[in-house]
Amino acid sequence: MLSRTADHLFWMARYTERAENTARMLDVNMQTAMLPQSEADAEQGWRATLGISELQSAYDEKYGRSGGKFQTQDVLDFMVRDPNNPSSIMACLTAARENARAVRGTLTTEVWEIQNATWLDMQKRLNSKLLETDPSQFFEWVKYRSHLSRGVTLGTMLKDEAIHFIRLGTFLERADNTARILDVKFHGAKDAAKDVTQRDFYYWAALLRSVSGFEIYRKVYRDVITPERVAELLMLRGDMPRSLLACMEDVVDNLRQLRNDVSADTERFAGKLHAQLKFGHIDDIMKAGLHQTLTEFLESIYELGNRVSRNFLVPLAA
Amino acid sequence: MANFFNEMTADEVGTDGKVREHYREFSHWLQQQSPDTIARKRAEADLLFRRVGITFAVYGDDAGTERLIPFDTIPRIIPATEWAQMQRGLAQRVQALNMFLHDIYHEQNIIKTGIIPAEQIYRNAQYRPEMQDIDVASDIYAHIAGVDIVRAGQGEFYVLEDNLRVPSGVSYMLEDRKMMMRLFPDLFARNKIAPVDHYPDMLLDNLRSVAPIGVNDPTVVVMTPGMYNSAYFEHAFLAQQMGVELVEGKDLFVNDNAVYMRTTRGPKRVDVIYRRVDDDFLDPLAFRADSSLGVPGLLSVYRAGRVTLANAIGTGVADDKSIYPYVPDMIKFYLSEEPILNNVPTYQCRKPADLSYVLANLPQLVVKEVHGAGGYGMLVGPASSKAQIEDFRQRLLANPGGYIAQPTLALSACPTYVENGIAPRHIDLRPFVLSGKTISMVPGGLTRVALGEGSLVVNSSQGGGTKDTWILEQAMAFGGEQ
Repeated sequence: MLSRTADHLFWMARYTERAENTARMLDVNMQTAMLPQSEADAEQGWRATLGISELQSAYDEKYGRSGGKFQTQDVLDFMVRDPNNPSSIMACLTAARENARAVRGTLTTEVWEIQNATWLDMQKRLNSKLLETDPSQFFEWVKYRSHLSRGVTLGTMLKDEAIHFIRLGTFLERADNTARILDVKFHGAKDAAKDVTQRDFYYWAALLRSVSGFEIYRKVYRDVITPERVAELLMLRGDMPRSLLACMEDVVDNLRQLRNDVSADTERFAGKLHAQLKFGHIDDIMKAGLHQTLTEFLESIYELGNRVSRNFLVPLAA
Repeated sequence: MANFFNEMTADEVGTDGKVREHYREFSHWLQQQSPDTIARKRAEADLLFRRVGITFAVYGDDAGTERLIPFDTIPRIIPATEWAQMQRGLAQRVQALNMFLHDIYHEQNIIKTGIIPAEQIYRNAQYRPEMQDIDVASDIYAHIAGVDIVRAGQGEFYVLEDNLRVPSGVSYMLEDRKMMMRLFPDLFARNKIAPVDHYPDMLLDNLRSVAPIGVNDPTVVVMTPGMYNSAYFEHAFLAQQMGVELVEGKDLFVNDNAVYMRTTRGPKRVDVIYRRVDDDFLDPLAFRADSSLGVPGLLSVYRAGRVTLANAIGTGVADDKSIYPYVPDMIKFYLSEEPILNNVPTYQCRKPADLSYVLANLPQLVVKEVHGAGGYGMLVGPASSKAQIEDFRQRLLANPGGYIAQPTLALSACPTYVENGIAPRHIDLRPFVLSGKTISMVPGGLTRVALGEGSLVVNSSQGGGTKDTWILEQAMAFGGEQ
């Protein structure tokens, strides 16, 4: 397969996944914002959401740090339909579609049509008042389109290189996003936990819901929600589809399928990351510091992405 | 009575607007359809085309604007007997054009015998000295030709233009057919319509047949300028349908006198490039140095016969409007045959006598730049204002050699959906002729329609639309009783 084609497939999948995760984050914050809380707490929640995508300064630049009140609608506009914010849902879905268009011949007609129809429909939805009146419905739609895109990919595409690059992109991005959500929410919890304890339940429940993990948590632990178990579920449980371990299992698996003459080091790198999660224990992680562990993990994911690029997508030398 | 040939109804005196034989079944069917059904089907077609992303980019619009080419649901129908004649004429014409290209890049007999003046070749910007005495596989230069045919007067066919560089539109021919079959399957059950879907197979076969000598299992690729090119959809479509890679210049590189593509498993040798990139941009070392669309060193590999380009470099010299008037002579010269298809009478403004005739008759003529294409830079006398005509007069006087003129043809018209129902609109036809070891083509081609009332410009860049084209093997029993 052409390296450029692989590059487009990889990024098509990453942007689709990123749009979904942004929608998940925003949605869960809309839910928590409905809980009784002070204005400062509410603002803190939205700021944390911006922090997940490392967008606080970009946001402040646009809407002014001190000028006027912090508006929920501003954050939604910024994270959903700001064309200049590369992480906004609109920018992600547009980029996913542009990447798909560049390799539409490699995709099945169905996969291309889903990407294209999502992009067309997105414009219609953003032009309507839906985001103002019922943002949750919009986020549901984004999630649904992402599910559809993954399903159609698995259901119609030949199991060759193309699908492995798509899957690799999906899981690398998901690993990154889950780690970010977890990291920021734990940070937020530290500050909030001092005064209120009874609110904890809602806080962790919301986090779990944002990664479709609430029902899974109940099934797995059959017990009250504790931060340690939330961290364990989202990091170390291979049977939880959005956990770091589950993502890394798929990353390793797809990398093996794609193996070429120069990718051995990259496979080893991914394998080590996978092993750390597979044989890690949550007590050790909490002792070493969750934030520290997640920061290192995010750096490794970034490095892994670069290695994939060098080995397959934009090979330097002829 | 209209002053043009109507494809569907016979307007001649005494025929009383009778529907022509080959349109009867369709016309009967159309009368049975309720306007609501048709409106719904047309809306459905629009939606489907948009969802599938069958769009083209319009130059001059905002960057990245994508538009649909309007699709008309009334087919253009041609009886098989007429097509058979046209097919013979097309094969003859394209064969002569390929022989002409081989000749001018080798012995140049056609110049030596005085049929075409030498300066018409040498001073033509499309003549590529780099191609002189280079042998190409099977001596074929124009592997894919799109020949524009119109019908005028009492119904005679004329060739308007030979497109031998990177003719486009074949994807619309295929998608239009797919759409018609999806919208109106019953029509295809009731009429015996020649299929066209095998075009990509024929194209791949043709491309493989012209691989460099000694290559048994050639790797074919389609080369595109990229996703912002107006015909990108078509490039991607053809690559997918043939099951070959769609490459851009940056995906290819030259090493050790061969062309390779960069793949996830290392370099892979490429043997045949169906390129949809103009000559000028193919190789920055040989042609335009600022081209980022090409492959440095491609020309030298090509000249060494180690890769095939389809179409060949330098075919533009044969489809140029200044060469067009000589095509009938080429057919006689190379094939010793009489041309089957008519040329439109053409005034070559470089000749003083022709020029003075043209200047005196501008309001009745169509004037074209010899190197123009796509409906840009032309004057349609009868449809132009005095100021526009004067403007062209000055241009003609300043550079007579840059223009040709032709009588304004009353192009035939086909019933077409317009705002207030159905009305005749002018059409042309672009069949696609494949040349390799043999000459082949699928029945019919792309019918383009000028949607403005009275408009004669069918180019999609100028607001033209398309229709499905039926070669009707034979009309079935009239009436279509079920």
